[in-house]
Amino acid sequence: MTLAIPRPVHPTGIWSWITTIDHKRIGILYGVTAFIMFFSGGLEALLIRTQLWAPEQTLVTPEIFNQLFTMHATTMIFLGVMPLSAAFFNFVIPLQIGARDVAFPRLNAFSYWTFLAGALILKLSWFTHSAPNGGWFGYSPLTGITYNAGHGIDVWILSLQVLGIASLAASFNFIVTIVNMRAPGMSLMRLPLFTWMTLITAILLVLAFPVITVALIELLFDRAFGMNFFNVAAGANAVLWQHLFWVFGHPEVYILILPAMGIVSEILPVFSRKPLFGYATVVLAGVVIAFMGWMVWSHHMFTVGLGPVANSVFTITTMLIAVPTGIKVFNWMGTMWGGSISLKTPMLFAIAFVSMFVIGGVSGVMHAVAASDAQQQDTYFIVAHIHYVLFGGAIFAVLAGVYFWFPKITGRMYDEKLGQIHFWLMFAGQNIAFFPMHFTGMNGMPRRIYTYYSGMGWDFWNLVSTAGAFLLLFGFLFFIYNMWKSWKSGEAAEADPWDGRTLEWSIPSPPPEYNFAEIPIVEDRDDWWEKKQRQREEAVAVPTGVPVVAGGSDDEEHDIHLPQPSYWPFFVSLGLFIAGMAMVYLMNVDEAGARTLNWTALTITVIGVVIGLVSVYRWSFEPVNDPEPDGAGGHGAAH
Amino acid sequence: MAQAEAVHHGEHEPTTTGLNHRKLLMWAFLGSDCMFFGTLIATYLVYKNKSLVGPFPFDVFDIPVTSVSTFVLLMSSMSMVMAYAWLVRGNMKGFRIWLASTAIMGTTFLAFQVFEFYEFVHAGLTPRTNLFGTTFFTLTGFHGAHVTLGVVWLLSILFHSFRKGGVTPEKNLDVDLAALYWHFVDIVWIVIFTVVYLFGVFEGFPNPPMSGPAPH
Repeated sequence: MTLAIPRPVHPTGIWSWITTIDHKRIGILYGVTAFIMFFSGGLEALLIRTQLWAPEQTLVTPEIFNQLFTMHATTMIFLGVMPLSAAFFNFVIPLQIGARDVAFPRLNAFSYWTFLAGALILKLSWFTHSAPNGGWFGYSPLTGITYNAGHGIDVWILSLQVLGIASLAASFNFIVTIVNMRAPGMSLMRLPLFTWMTLITAILLVLAFPVITVALIELLFDRAFGMNFFNVAAGANAVLWQHLFWVFGHPEVYILILPAMGIVSEILPVFSRKPLFGYATVVLAGVVIAFMGWMVWSHHMFTVGLGPVANSVFTITTMLIAVPTGIKVFNWMGTMWGGSISLKTPMLFAIAFVSMFVIGGVSGVMHAVAASDAQQQDTYFIVAHIHYVLFGGAIFAVLAGVYFWFPKITGRMYDEKLGQIHFWLMFAGQNIAFFPMHFTGMNGMPRRIYTYYSGMGWDFWNLVSTAGAFLLLFGFLFFIYNMWKSWKSGEAAEADPWDGRTLEWSIPSPPPEYNFAEIPIVEDRDDWWEKKQRQREEAVAVPTGVPVVAGGSDDEEHDIHLPQPSYWPFFVSLGLFIAGMAMVYLMNVDEAGARTLNWTALTITVIGVVIGLVSVYRWSFEPVNDPEPDGAGGHGAAH
Repeated sequence: MAQAEAVHHGEHEPTTTGLNHRKLLMWAFLGSDCMFFGTLIATYLVYKNKSLVGPFPFDVFDIPVTSVSTFVLLMSSMSMVMAYAWLVRGNMKGFRIWLASTAIMGTTFLAFQVFEFYEFVHAGLTPRTNLFGTTFFTLTGFHGAHVTLGVVWLLSILFHSFRKGGVTPEKNLDVDLAALYWHFVDIVWIVIFTVVYLFGVFEGFPNPPMSGPAPH
C-alpha cells in the first residue's frame, strides 16, 4: 500500500489481456485455453486408441497407459468441459440478463488465471515424468503412498485443488451476477434457459466442490504426513474415499451436463422459430436433476458390497432421475415439433446432442439397475455410456454453442459449409468410435487395460473404435480451420444473424465494451423476440440491433462507469501457481516410508504464498474505479 | 463525484434483489464452507470409536478447559456484535475497543487450542497415532485456521480504521462481512464442541465411552 503502482492502462497487447476484467475477453480466454486443453486430452485419447487398435500392441508401456487414461479423463472433465462451459457463462450470461459485466469483474479474472494455473500444474507433469496414474477418481488406498510412490498423485491433488479454487470463485461470481444483476423486469421465470442452467450449475458446484476439497486434503495429509484417513492397517474404512469422491463426483456430472442442456435449450427454439416448449417444466426439471443428483452417488459403487438395501435405494433414485431428464428431452422434441426448422450447423449439433444424450441416458438407466451393473461395472460398456453423455452430449452442445455465438463473439460469420462437414464427420466419428464399445463391453472387455489377447472377440470392434477416433480428429481439423479462417477473414456478422430471442442479439456483434448503451427494460420471456414481433406486427422496420438511444449516445457512453483493469487477480493466481507447483515436491518419501522435508520446495511455496497474500491485500485496497481525474480531492475516500 | 463514489464502494448500486453483491457473495461462500466442515465432521464421525490403539477421546479431553475456551469464543461473537453496533452509531472509539477485544478473544481461543494440541502430543496423541488423532487434528486444525484468518481480518480492519476514511459508518458493510464470517466460525465451533468433545466423553451420547478398540 506504500508502493505506488499505477493502474494498468493497456488498451491492446499482452498486458491488456493479463489485466483485463472485461467478461467478454475473459470468456474468450477461457474458450481458447479450454480448447487447447481439450485437444491435448484428445491427443491422449488417440494414443490410447492407437495402443488398443489391435491385440498385444506395444506402442506405450503399461505405466504410460495408466498415465494416459488418468490424464485424458482429468483433462476432459476439469480442463475441457468445465472451462468450456465457463467460457459461455462469461461471454453470454451478462449479455443475456442485460448487465454490463459480472458482479465481481476482478474475481472473474482471478478465476480464469487460477484455472490456467491448475491446468498448467497438471499438464506440465508430462514433462517432469510425474503424470498421475491413479485414474480421474484417484481411489485411495490405491493412491496412497504405499501403492503409489512418486509425485504423480501429488500433482493430481494440487492441480485439482487449484482448479477447485478457480471454479468456486467463478461460481460465487455467477450466482451473485444472475441473482442480483438482472435488467429491470427480468424476473426469474423470464430468465433465458442457459442462464437458469448456469445458476443451477453454480449452486451445485459451490456445494459439491468442498467435498472433494476435503477428500483431497485428507489424501494429501496421508501421503505427505503419514496420517491415517485411508490407512486400512490403522482401521480406516476402505471405501470412505469412494463415498467422498462420488458425493462430489455425481453432482459433478450434472455440473458438466446442465450448461450443455442450457445451450441446447437456447438453440432449438431459435432454429425452430418457436418458443421453448414447456419453459417452466424445463426449468423445474433442471432444479430437480440438481437436487436428485445428491441422492445417487452410490450407483458408482454397486459392486463394492454395500448390501441389498443400499443397492436397492440407489437403484431406485438413479432410475428416478431419468424422469426429469426425460421431461427435458420431450420438451426439446416438443419445441421442434411443427417448427420451421432451419438446419444450420448449431441446430445440427443441438439435435445430435438430444439423440446422443438419449442413447447415453438409456445405457445409464441400464446400469442404474444394480444387478445389471454388476455385469457392466468397469467394462467398456460404461466407457460407451460416458462418451455418449459427455462427448455426444456435453461436447456436441458446446460445439453447437460455439457455432451459435461465434458471430456474436467475433463479429464474423463462420463458414457454413465447413461447419456442416465438421458436423457430419463428428456425428459419424462419435458413433463409429463409441458405439462399438457397447459390444466390447458386453463381451467383457475391462476398462483401463493397456492391451488384450486375440481371440476374445474384441479385435474387430476395437479396430472400428480406433478408426472412429481418428475420424473425430479429422473432423476437428475442419473445425480448427473454420474457426481460424472465419475469425480472421469471415464475412461480417449482423447484430442478429439468427433472428434470435434473447438480449445478447439486441446489441452489435461483437458487443461494445459496455455491452448495453442503455440497460433494457424486460417485459416478456424471450424479450428481444417479442419486441421484434410487436414491431413486425406494427409493420415498423425491424430494429437493426444498434442500440436505440435517445439524445446522443456519446453522452451516454461517457456516463457509463466500467470497472478498470487490474494487475492483482493475475498475481494472486501466479502466487497460487508457484505455491501449488512447489507443494507437489514438499515431502520426499523413501522406500522405507521415511519422510523428509524438501527445504527448496518449502521456500518456493512460501514465496508463492507471499506473492499471493501481498496481491490479495493490494487487490482489497484497490478501488473498483480510480476516482475521476477531475474530481475534487483526487485521493478518493477509499484510500 | 457522488456517482463515482457510489460505483467505487459498490454499496449503493441498485441490485435486482436489493441485497448487496458482496453480502450475497459472503452468504454463498458460507454455504460452501458448511459443506467443507460438514465433510470434515462426517469423516470424524465415520471414524468415531474406530481407532485400534489409544489414546482415545476419553483419555485426553479436558472438558472444563475446553469449555472455558468455548465460552471465550462465544463471547467474542457478542463483542463482534457490539463493535458493529458502535460503528453504525458512529462511535469509532467504542468500535475499536470492541473490535480489538473480539480479536483478543479470538487469539485467546487459539492460544487454548495450541495449549491443547501441545498437551495431547505429550499424552501421546499425534495426527499419526490413530484414526482419532488424524481426524481430530485435521478437523480442529482447519477450524483453528479459520479463526486465525478471522483474527487477521479483524486486525486488518482495526489498523485500516486509523486511516482517514478507512472505516466509516457509511462503509459498515466491510465490518458486517467480517462479522458474518466470525459468527459462522463460532457456530461451527459449537457443532465441533458438541460432536467431538461432549459426545466423545459423556456416557449416553450416541456411543458408550471408549476404553478400547471398537467391539465389532
